[in-house]
Amino acid sequence: MDTVNVGEQSRWRHLYKVLSKPGPYCDEDWVPGSETINTLESSKILVIGAGGLGCEILKNLALSGFKDIHVIDMDTIDISNLNRQFLFRQADIGKPKAEVAAAFVEKRVKGVKITPFVGKIQDKDEDYYMQFKIIVCGLDSIEARRWINSTLIGMVDPEDPESLKPLIDGGTEGTEESISCERKSTESDDQIGFKGQARVILPTLSSCIECQLDMHAPRPAVPLCTIATIPRQPQHCIEWAHQIAWQDKRKDDTFDSDDMEHISWVYHAALERAQQFHIHGVTFQMTQGVVKNIIPAIASTNAVIAASTTSEVMKIATGCNPYLENYMMYAGEEGVYTYTFEAEKKPDCPVCGNLARKMNVDPNMTLGDFIESLGERAEAQLKKPSLRTEEKTLYQRFPPQLEEHTRPNLRLRLRDLVEDGEEIAVSDPAYTIDFRYRLVFN
Amino acid sequence: MTDSFPAALTGPTSKERKYDRQLRLWAATGQQALEDSRVLLVNSDGPLGTSSTGVSGVVGVETLKNLVLPGIGGFTIVDPATVTASDLGVNFFLEQESLGKSRAEETCRLLRELNPDVQGYFYSKHITDLLHDPEFLPRHKLVIISGPTKRSSLGPLTQQAQRLGIPVLYIHSVGFYSTFSLQLDAEFPIVETHPDPEAMQDLRLLNPWPELVAAAAALGDLTNMDDHRHGHVPYILLLLHFLEQWKHAHGGSVPSNYKEKTEFREFVRSNARTDNAEGGEENFDEAVAAVLKTIAPFSLRSSIREIFGMRQCKHLTPQSADFWVIAAAISAFYTTHGVLPLPGSLPDMKAQSSDYVTLQNIYKSKARQDVEEVTATVHQLESQLGRSPPRILEREIEVFCKNAAHIKVVHGRAIPHISSDSDQDTLKEIRSQLGIPDSLISVFIATQVLDAVVDEIQSSGQQGAHLSVDNDGLWISHTERILALLTRDAPVPLSEAVREGIDDAIQELRRAEGGELHNISSLTGGLVAQEALKVLTRQYVPLDNTCVFDGARSRSEMYRL
Repeated sequence: MDTVNVGEQSRWRHLYKVLSKPGPYCDEDWVPGSETINTLESSKILVIGAGGLGCEILKNLALSGFKDIHVIDMDTIDISNLNRQFLFRQADIGKPKAEVAAAFVEKRVKGVKITPFVGKIQDKDEDYYMQFKIIVCGLDSIEARRWINSTLIGMVDPEDPESLKPLIDGGTEGTEESISCERKSTESDDQIGFKGQARVILPTLSSCIECQLDMHAPRPAVPLCTIATIPRQPQHCIEWAHQIAWQDKRKDDTFDSDDMEHISWVYHAALERAQQFHIHGVTFQMTQGVVKNIIPAIASTNAVIAASTTSEVMKIATGCNPYLENYMMYAGEEGVYTYTFEAEKKPDCPVCGNLARKMNVDPNMTLGDFIESLGERAEAQLKKPSLRTEEKTLYQRFPPQLEEHTRPNLRLRLRDLVEDGEEIAVSDPAYTIDFRYRLVFN
Repeated sequence: MTDSFPAALTGPTSKERKYDRQLRLWAATGQQALEDSRVLLVNSDGPLGTSSTGVSGVVGVETLKNLVLPGIGGFTIVDPATVTASDLGVNFFLEQESLGKSRAEETCRLLRELNPDVQGYFYSKHITDLLHDPEFLPRHKLVIISGPTKRSSLGPLTQQAQRLGIPVLYIHSVGFYSTFSLQLDAEFPIVETHPDPEAMQDLRLLNPWPELVAAAAALGDLTNMDDHRHGHVPYILLLLHFLEQWKHAHGGSVPSNYKEKTEFREFVRSNARTDNAEGGEENFDEAVAAVLKTIAPFSLRSSIREIFGMRQCKHLTPQSADFWVIAAAISAFYTTHGVLPLPGSLPDMKAQSSDYVTLQNIYKSKARQDVEEVTATVHQLESQLGRSPPRILEREIEVFCKNAAHIKVVHGRAIPHISSDSDQDTLKEIRSQLGIPDSLISVFIATQVLDAVVDEIQSSGQQGAHLSVDNDGLWISHTERILALLTRDAPVPLSEAVREGIDDAIQELRRAEGGELHNISSLTGGLVAQEALKVLTRQYVPLDNTCVFDGARSRSEMYRL
């Protein structure tokens, strides 16, 4: 054995020991030792996101023996990241997260190569994603998750096992068990910061992000009429200042939630409106929270969720223990609580299933209202949908001529456009695939 | 007027910006508590047998990382080990240049880089050498110990901390497993438990106070209202209004069982106007949805009743903590009124702005009135205790009143261990857990065997120098000894399945030969830091008292051992 190897042996002593002995829970056919260690060290891993979860994920992968890691993130570093994104310092503010994070971990952990890409996941094509063995997500956007999920599912070639890329997803931005028809309190934020989940997705084989979409319902938006005419909460005043007053008074400036002057303007406009209606409680902090949709976040929750995902990456890459099947949720506000279960693969999943998903609708609803509701319905969450049935186009956003042509349909009732039980295809510029729903009249 | 501050002054400070995402969780008071805290990490305590300088202590360092980032005041690392090559493969807060240097110093240096506002101290010593100084431990608000640690170090440290009222977290992270236990005072009270906001609401529909009754009565006859007004009556007033009608028709009694409540719900529903464009009214929908939850008499939760009955609450002394003085005042309030002080928060509901604000003010002023009454009692109690002037702040009383229905007293226990002088309750709980299929208590037992093996190696001095943590003989003898302790008074011996579960856990644990995997230590460092934050801020509800995480099967369990 040469000296480099001896160095590596003692450096990775703990890891190599675990990978060189069989355990009671690993597969009977599992072969411990150098072959497994080589597989681990040669596995190329992609990390999506270099924020709170991403920083931890990069560190964890590097210290789990992975040598070839890529990371994508389009964001730059902000001061409010420093309370948890531990690879960043005051002097890094304004620099791209992916580059700073990659350079830091490369410097600290000898022998690891981390390749950053500053940009969007949508900038990359299937050839790019095909080069990785496993993909780990540390995102705070449901939209990006859905995009990578449908892309990876689309890549699966049943003839080629290498085309199946396990997707390990971590999240700390809060989930609802199911959509609730009751109004959510505006103060529930203080529970979110201690919660998260990790899940393992084997594209086409197990439950996917889209199958589980209704477990992650968006928060119901405050109705516009409340904001415009009958505000009752400080948040309603802030929404008014943000959505209505800004349009009214400063429509030539594009609102930038990172611009302190803009936030300050909205804060003062909200404060004035609140005073007019005798509503208390508008603060600068709350203004920022509402307009930037800020979710509380701390290092410890990130550490738990990020390490859950990387622990699964390591188990999948080496086979040294069974991987998570397929969902672990964590809640830490009262003791330490985790719940591990198998989320179901849905045959009517619009992405990985082959049946259209059932959607109950009011036949008297106009197409326009229905389209608006798709943004908030837990099972759809589509912001800019275009719709068609097998025979005709119901509403098409692009090109403009077609939009104009289909616009009159928006005022028609659903019963006048589709049959009870008819299937519609919905496309949305945020996703590469069509979503299929079967509309069932109430 | 404070309202006329220029815009520049109302923006957040750079500290508020840095800590923005966490201030939304524990507010300025929690942050201040963190900044007033120094945390002690005892990260190793001598070699674990041949070819080891001691516990790697990654889990301890990862825990500190998660405390330095949100800005605790300071930390102290006690660790006699020097940095070896195997540390570099598992510990992120060491670098190539750290090889051969003091691990306490190097980890301290690299952790400090995370946050310039945090003070870091280190001692390249054994903890027992530091405990001789009676002033050492009291500098800290929390002690974190990375196990396995021999009893001759762990015992004195945890006992001294207990005498001083300093909480202790004792952690193991070995291979795919981790366990940790929290030692708290015999009574550890928490006011701000942050329950689900819906649980915080107390609307008092069945025992309204005069102002609320008057607001409902002022509605008059709903049938005369125009559609707009009818559709904007706050649902709370709707419910109060229809309750009065129900009482008239039911000899003065309110809906009291499920059947009556569903009847009442239908009665409310039948009064909604449906001949409009929407085919219904949102405020009535809200009223209907709220019936089952809100039409209920006030009842004191048993946990609060228990607190009111505690010796500390019933027999105040001049040394009583503020918590108990306020609790006693609130107990007196409950005795007088049969309810707790009103929290005063109102859920959002369909209503005209001014109607909502008026209703909100009715709730707020009642809450303020209740706070004033409790404050008067607190001051009276303080003066009886000879505290003059009274030292308890009004703000503290206000927060307490708002949270009165959800306060909690954790009955802390010592760090659990299995030995001949174990607490009988600990052994009893472990035995009962053994009867549950797939219980992770087997992992706790495995770490106890590891502690015993390490204890023997470290306690046998020169003779133990040749022993390794992978010595089969040591493992077999300590496993048998510990299982014998567990089954000593048991009517039946361990079943084969239970024994197999324990052997599996030991086999999985031994794969790592006492070593740490970074992922598992990082995850555990997150869990442990979460508990540390809860203990230091005295917000949310901490672990009571032991958690086991199984990274092989991705799940965790909690036990009260």
